[in-house]
Formats: sequence, structure tokens, C-alpha cells
Amino acid sequence: MRHSLTLAIGPATFRIGSAWEQPIAQLRALYAAYPQDAAAIADYAVRLEPAGPLRRWWRPSVRIAGDHMLPDAAPMALRHGLLAAEMGMNLQMALGWRRHLLIHASSVEKGGRALVMTGESGSGKSTLAALLGERGWRFMGDEFALLDLADGRVHPFPRLVSLKNAAIGVMRAEVNDATRFGPMMRETPKGDIVHLIPPQDSIARMREPARPALLLFPRYGFARDVRPVGQGEAFMRLTQASTNYVALGEAGFDALHRFVTGVPALAVDYESGAAALDIIDALWGEVA
Amino acid sequence: MSAAALVQLMRTPESAAALRADQWNGILSAARAERLLGTLAALLEYVAVPDAVRAILADARRDAEREQRIALWEANRAVEALAPLGLEPILLKGAAYAAAGLNAARGRMIGDLDILVPRDRLEEAEGALLAAGWEWVKPDPYDDAYYRRWMHELPPLIHRERDRMIDVHHTILPLTARPRPDAAALIAQSVEIGGGLRVLSPADRIIHAVAHMLADGDLSGGLRNLWDIKCLFAEIEDKSELERRAARHGLTAHLARARRLADHVYGQGETRVTLADRVFLRRLLSRDAWGRDSRKWLGLAFYIRSHLLRMPPLMLIRHLWTKWRKGHRPV
Repeated sequence: MRHSLTLAIGPATFRIGSAWEQPIAQLRALYAAYPQDAAAIADYAVRLEPAGPLRRWWRPSVRIAGDHMLPDAAPMALRHGLLAAEMGMNLQMALGWRRHLLIHASSVEKGGRALVMTGESGSGKSTLAALLGERGWRFMGDEFALLDLADGRVHPFPRLVSLKNAAIGVMRAEVNDATRFGPMMRETPKGDIVHLIPPQDSIARMREPARPALLLFPRYGFARDVRPVGQGEAFMRLTQASTNYVALGEAGFDALHRFVTGVPALAVDYESGAAALDIIDALWGEVA
Repeated sequence: MSAAALVQLMRTPESAAALRADQWNGILSAARAERLLGTLAALLEYVAVPDAVRAILADARRDAEREQRIALWEANRAVEALAPLGLEPILLKGAAYAAAGLNAARGRMIGDLDILVPRDRLEEAEGALLAAGWEWVKPDPYDDAYYRRWMHELPPLIHRERDRMIDVHHTILPLTARPRPDAAALIAQSVEIGGGLRVLSPADRIIHAVAHMLADGDLSGGLRNLWDIKCLFAEIEDKSELERRAARHGLTAHLARARRLADHVYGQGETRVTLADRVFLRRLLSRDAWGRDSRKWLGLAFYIRSHLLRMPPLMLIRHLWTKWRKGHRPV
């Protein structure tokens, strides 16, 4: 492909090729602190291709392709090319990763122990992890938590934080460094999106796992409430939050079983970021 | 071309030591695109490779093992569903290779379950499968009618709980294709392998793989089909029987071409290839270092060929017109 970049995030290495320079240049800059070894053997190839014969030039439009693909993925405008690249990498992980149990969750670490937060899109798990990452925790990832199949530890996958809509303002108020933010992408399929480069320490320690200590199911926009979640329910909800639970077979079952029987789980409803941080502080005090 | 590097490595696994990172990247992407990564992983199991490659191949090996386990379970379910009719389905392709423990199954990805039943029992078989939880996936009445009238199989069915597809064949080529394989002979010569499972005879397995690759379809996935054929060739004892069966099914020329292509791609390359063979080889080896089909026009030509093989020109025009109006576009 005309433009390309090799990039390592946590344990995975991606080779990203593009028909256009712009998405690669943006990735190169935003991922400047990550390993970019052009001579590495990549786990996955991601391709950003013109969606049709003329779509390189005329109303340029990106089709996300690669080693793993979705047959009917909708093409995206080139101005959202950075998002397309991110989606392409996520897709490789979601469909292809087998070396850990992959859970759709954010995670942060303190004192060698990890807090894992999972929930549907809009639950606030991503923003909460980003906020904690600015307040004394190590940010481990806002999208995927990788559960070790052998020892149960959580491995980081600290890709760029994908801030959507209201979360953009929240993090701009939190982070006093404009150079850590990517370009504003308006009217993407997921709304407005800005990427945030994780803190330096998070990137430097991206191969360092942590033992899980607490699992939360946050839910934004509800009156403050904290409820225990039984092991059976936590197990079932995590099977739904995992993209490779079925593919891993018995190893996946064992890893998830170990996780839910060893880690306390709570559902947390909250009305504001500040309230959520309060609750997390209190809960962490009990388990740590 | 990375596909060429891939088959070179499959021919001589010990050449892995000399590969550079960029060559590995191209080979791994080409292998994924051709659904040959699991096969490659099996071939390289005892060969020293870089750590990054070893991890990728270990994943592929695990995926292939899982697919085979699921495929054999599906076969078991189909046998169970058809047993009350006194019908023993004959497994075809991937599931057959896995059930019979053939070399072609090593690391092979297996998608749908393909079975063969006698045509006069097709309706009963369909009813039994529907009762056992399989459902229609082609809601379009034209497609459904087309399958039933002209194809060698029922419209595909998917199991409502297990989400796995089954193709129920009554012969091995569409009824509109020029060669007319003898389905009754295929069934009569099939062999039992235990567990209520049957597979085609060694010679007919090759005939089916050859028909599937060269007398049907546009050669996408051709490298994998050719690997199957190469492995099946190596395991057949009675070579003259193979010629006799090819003649009986009207596929002598196809078998000869498959033999030349297999020798050229995966063997010693000593056989002389024809000019037409060279076009097939170009099509087979068209994956580039990003796993893309780098010869789109050739792919389109083979797509058109696949339709010409499948039906006479007038019928084809009518078919394409109907599909076009329904919004279907090639490529």
C-alpha cells in the first residue's frame, strides 16, 4: 500500500496500510511514543482502501479491510480516516485475538492491582478510566482488558482514548495539554470524536500486567446506587462483553471462572463524573 | 507476489529460517486471505520460526482445532437428525477429511457442513433437518426456486441454536454444468468410517475436489482447494481407478489440469503446463503482501467464466438480469 506504519499497542503489533497519507500521518504523530518498528513482524494487517474505483480522489471514502474483516462494514469519509484506522485495529483484536480472554472493558491500576470497568457504550467506562488515569492511577486501556489465560492477570491495551461527545469537554477540562489531543472529527457514525494520548507512564508500562482487584459495572445517568453483582450474573455479563470467549473454549471458561470467583463485582449507578470518582475511591478503600 | 512466497514456504518448510520480517508479513497476510494459515501452522509445527510468527501460528492451530471439533459435532448432529429415515449422509470436503483423519485436514479451516444424500430422498432429508432445528437463510423466492431447480444442493440451511450452516447436496456440480457426474455411483462407492459417518471413496474424493475447484466457481479460495487435492493425491493408492472414475464422471480433462497445477504450485514443478494453465496459475497466485487480490480484472474474468460454466448463455443473461434488478453487483 502507498502509505504504511507498523505500530505496537500492548501485546499486539499492527501493520496499517492506507491509500492516503493523512490517516497514517495522524497515527504516526498521535502514537509517537509507542514502538513503531517498520521491521517488526505484525500480528495483523489493517488496510484503509478506497471504497470504490474512483473513491481515492472523488468524495474520498475509506473501506476498512485487513486480515479480519466484516463483510458489510459501511465505508467512512476520509476526514474520519483516523477513526477508520482505530476501528480497523479494534476489529483485528475483536475477531482475531486468542492469547488472552478479551473483555470489552476499561482498566486502571494502582499499587499493582487493577480496577476493571465494563458496560455498554455510554456507560462512561471509557471516560472514567481516562479521568482516573489523570488522577494517580495508571491508565491501562479504555476499550479492551486482556485477561491472562494462565495466571488471571489483566494485560493493558492502552490505545488512544476515544472521547465521544460530552466526554471531549470533560477531558479538555481535565488535561491541560493541547498536544495530547487529536483532531476533532465531527459527525462520525458515533457522534463527535477526539482522541486523547494516554499519559506517558501508561504507554511506557504497556507490557506490565496487574492482578485484578475489583470489577465494576458503571451506568451513567442514574441516581447514585451501588449493588453487589453475584458471580453467576457477572460471569454471564462478561461472556457477552467478551469477543473471544466462545473461540477460546475451555481456556476461556477457566479464565472467566477464575476472574469472577476471585474478584468482587459491583454495579454502580452515578449522575456525574465527580460522584463516580467518589464512589470508586470509597470502594477501592474497601478492597485495597 | 506474496502468494508465491507462501506456496514456496509450504513446499519447503525448512526455508523458513531464511525469511525476513517483511516476507513473513506478506506470507502471513496472504495465508490468512487464502484460509491457509492453519495449514501453514501445521506444516511449520516443528520448524524454527521467529517468536512473533510462532505466536501467530499457535493461534491459528488452536482455531483450526476448534473448527474441526465443531465441524465433527455438526456432522454428528446431522447424522442424528437423518438416522430415523434410515439415511446415512455422506460427508464432503473439510468435514469428510477431518472425520476420515486425512492429511488434508491438518490445520484446515472448516466452514459449512457439506453432505450428500440421494436425490430421491432429498425432500425427506430436508423435512428431517427442518424438524431438528435448521432454518432457511435465503428468503428470496427467486434464489430459492433457482437452487431447487438448477443447483446441486438445497438452499443453505442454518441451525437456529448453533448458528452453523449445512449444504445438502444431491450431486457435486450444478445440473446446468456441462459435465454430469454420476451421483448414484458416488453414493454406491462411498465408504463407512464409523460413528454412522460415510465419506466418498478415495478416488471420488479427488473427483469432487477437482470438480469443485475447476468446474464450478471463480477460483477464489483456489489455493486451499488445490492444497486439498495435492494431499488427496498423495494418499490414493489405486491411480488407475482414479482415471476410470474421472472418465465416468466426465471430468478427465479437469483431473489432468488439477494434476498439473498441483505439481506446479505444491510439487516439483516438472510437469509441462499449457498456456491456459498459466492463466489459472496467475489467478491462483494473485495475493499481494497486504492479502489483497492484486489481479482484479483476472478475478472478474474468472467470475464471468464461473457463470458460463454454470449455465448456457441465454439462461445466464436472464439470471444476471434478474439478479441485477434485485440490486446484486459482482465484485
